[in-house]
Amino acid sequence: MDSALATTDPNMPETEVHAEHEHVALPQHRHHFETEEQQREAGSFGMWLFLLTEIMFFGGMFFAYLLYRNWYYPAFAVASNQLSVPLGTINTAVLITSGFCMAIGVWAAEVRKKGVLVAMLLLTTVFGLIFLGVKYDEYHEKYELHHIPGDSFNTSMFTNPAGYGIKEEPLAPDMAQKTQIFFFLYFAMTGMHALHMIIGIALLLWLTWRAQRGDFSSGYVAPIENFGLYWHFVDIVWIFLFPLLYLINRHPLH
Amino acid sequence: MAHEAIHTDAHDPLNVTNPEHAQHHIVTPLQYGYVYVTLLLFTGITAAAAYVNLGWANPVIALAIACFKAVIVILFFMHAAYQSRLIKMTIGAGFFMFLVLVTMTLTDYISRAWGLW
Amino acid sequence: MSAAIGNTIVSLPDQTTAQIPKRNYINNEHGLLSWLLTGDHKRIAILYLISITFFFFIGGAFAGLIRLELLTPQPDLVSSDTYNKFFTMHGIIMIFLFLVPSVPATLGNFLIPIMLGAKDLAFPKINLLSWYLYVIGGTLTLAALVLGGVDTGWTFTTPLSTHYLNTHVITAAMAIFIAGFASIFTGLNFIVTIHRMRCPGMTWFRMPLFVWAHYAASLLMVLGTPVLAIALVLVALERIFGIGVFDPTKGGDPLLFQHLFWFYSHPAVYIMILPGMGVISEVISTFSRKRIFGYTAVAFSSVAIALFGFFVWEHHMFIMGVSNYSALVFSLLTMLVAVPSAIKIFNWAFTLQKGSITFETPMLYSFGFMGLFTIGGLTGVFLGSLGMDIHLTETYFIVAHFHFVMVGGMLMAFLAGIHFWWPKMTGRMYPESLSKLAAVTTFIGFNLTFLPQFILGYLGMPRRYHAYPPEFQVLNVLSTAGATVLGVGYMLPMLYLAWSLKYGAIAGDNPWQATGLEWQIQSPPLTENFTETPIMDHEAYDYEWLANKTKKEVTTVG
Repeated sequence: MDSALATTDPNMPETEVHAEHEHVALPQHRHHFETEEQQREAGSFGMWLFLLTEIMFFGGMFFAYLLYRNWYYPAFAVASNQLSVPLGTINTAVLITSGFCMAIGVWAAEVRKKGVLVAMLLLTTVFGLIFLGVKYDEYHEKYELHHIPGDSFNTSMFTNPAGYGIKEEPLAPDMAQKTQIFFFLYFAMTGMHALHMIIGIALLLWLTWRAQRGDFSSGYVAPIENFGLYWHFVDIVWIFLFPLLYLINRHPLH
Repeated sequence: MAHEAIHTDAHDPLNVTNPEHAQHHIVTPLQYGYVYVTLLLFTGITAAAAYVNLGWANPVIALAIACFKAVIVILFFMHAAYQSRLIKMTIGAGFFMFLVLVTMTLTDYISRAWGLW
Repeated sequence: MSAAIGNTIVSLPDQTTAQIPKRNYINNEHGLLSWLLTGDHKRIAILYLISITFFFFIGGAFAGLIRLELLTPQPDLVSSDTYNKFFTMHGIIMIFLFLVPSVPATLGNFLIPIMLGAKDLAFPKINLLSWYLYVIGGTLTLAALVLGGVDTGWTFTTPLSTHYLNTHVITAAMAIFIAGFASIFTGLNFIVTIHRMRCPGMTWFRMPLFVWAHYAASLLMVLGTPVLAIALVLVALERIFGIGVFDPTKGGDPLLFQHLFWFYSHPAVYIMILPGMGVISEVISTFSRKRIFGYTAVAFSSVAIALFGFFVWEHHMFIMGVSNYSALVFSLLTMLVAVPSAIKIFNWAFTLQKGSITFETPMLYSFGFMGLFTIGGLTGVFLGSLGMDIHLTETYFIVAHFHFVMVGGMLMAFLAGIHFWWPKMTGRMYPESLSKLAAVTTFIGFNLTFLPQFILGYLGMPRRYHAYPPEFQVLNVLSTAGATVLGVGYMLPMLYLAWSLKYGAIAGDNPWQATGLEWQIQSPPLTENFTETPIMDHEAYDYEWLANKTKKEVTTVG
């Protein structure tokens, strides 16, 4: 264990590692904390508070969704049916798998299995990238259909669904216009979610590099643990986005 | 387990051993596995349920399943079940404030045009 | 009475022998980089102090220009567009770049770890990051200003901000978004520090009320600010892509923006005022030599204000077309906030009762706070009542109301705190008589500026116009004259505090004979604050404990 500590930080003089008493200080222990436990608990509490701000940040958009879904239900139902449920379901599964790998990664760090940790972090990254890839594909389809809100937004698919081979009730032109709000919320919410994933993947790469170096193999697991909290939070946002955006009314014309 | 050796140092009880403090707990991969399978299962259920016409119950079921999934992610993947009371209250406070935002704003929207909402 | 005024509790060390401690946080390291890359909460507090002072004077300059324009009924100094930009920049700078970080990021940053007996805040790097975010936010605000300004008002009202204006709305919104994260990180750091870093024996009910007030304000920062962030993101998206979320022509609801904006911006006024109330608790206790009357009630009233603060935001929207029933509910809830605020004022008054009151500068500012905040708070109750609000809102009455709370309340508290802890922060005293003059000047100037505005508003002069009917001129001239006096009142501390850095008397550890942990260490403190972890073995504001401690020290030394 001593050798593991020594290799993690070559600048650390041996004498400091062996403090006067038998308590072994981790090199990552910051001087202003009394104990490592205090440091660890402070870190995880801080992360939870940050996630609180994230709840409120997404909360504003969830409320906007709730409001407009109730005001413009027909438009929301029809527009929602243009999203692909198979892709959405697969993506949900992919993201849950990514979260599962992350959870195993936290366990690996706790029991100091460096190889497993690195592998799990890489798997987490890979599944995250698959999710983003599928998301890109979905976005691209919406781009081709002119369903991206803004000047080029086109409602003809909703006023004349039969012309596009879609089994839906046609919407009145002013209600069809409201599909733009659905698509805006779709892009804003999934886009903000994707942005969080991109930031997460950047952090994952950095953590993988540090894990490979052996930073988390000596009992110091706070960064892995706290990143895990973040990553699972991003999962939870998607767990709500999936039914709200994809599954509003999947049995039209009944 | 090796890492327990680190925590043998007795620290001041008044400082960190209080309701804000919890014994550190490691969730095993097997437990994670159960949670993972449950999550996948309910993802399937929620997708399938959307295709059955249940009227007003459709969104309720979808949200109930989403909440259930979120809760087990928070409890097990995020270890909230094994955390101190403080962390549990923090999580509660977050959802409480979200509900305040939603319900109190809704008082305006619902009563602006009674019955038309 | 005159004898009482002459009394003072100030006790300075013998100036012929006294010295600033050789080792302290200021001279621990040298060079600009040692400041810009520091993790020390005290140095970050100083960085914040310098930057908020800079923005305060820019915001103040805009206030001066506004008052100058309003000297005459005709629009003769600037065009109406320029005037709109003036009050917008005044609002944005004063609220987001001065009031929100004023006490928490400077005094709070400096004092909370020391008051808790900790070596630093829980996350020093995040603390530094917070300052950098603040600087980036400030720079962007200045960029918006230099590139041509913003004229939405600080409220970014949609659809005005999204559809009708061709100014730098996005730059300003981005600035506030980023500065908002600075505030979130400060709050997050405080909450974790207060929960996790208290020294042995420092139970929740032994913490100074300053810390309680900051705890409550931090909760608001963490829970409220992200909602503002998302509202501003949506405004920016609406402007760039025209996506329609707040655009009635596309089915959006402009009031949704108001709900999201005020969900933050109402609690934000408590973010601004609560830390000020914390300062007042410390000052009043010290200069009346008494434990704060009803300590527990004052502590909980801070938390109650924070909680109720989230339930009242719609009172900013009563005339905007919200539901009448909902307005009724929010109006009643608004009255609820008056209760914990009154608890504080009454408890401070009872602390003063039979106390040994002395009238040092911080105490003068605190008296100013108590009077002006009470007026500001009570007029807030007027505005919270539905019938009165229709008449008074969007007039100068509301301008006077929030300036009484924010300037008369918060700025007085900020200056009280700066004077009170100046000896601790710098190791030197400010000049006493000059500072008393400044306190009195500020008080007179303030009342002269804002009392006429209550009358103006009641008579019906609308806010945000740069011209007005000639019959309002007398009151406006009074207000502008008062603003001049107020300006002098704010310049004075800036000058003599800078002077005192070099020439002020050496303050010693505890010039006020105060009980807080911060007064038991050297001034300026060591980088690590305490040489050994302190143990809190007495209640907060325990003057007997202090007297015993002093007696013991004298006998040991003697």
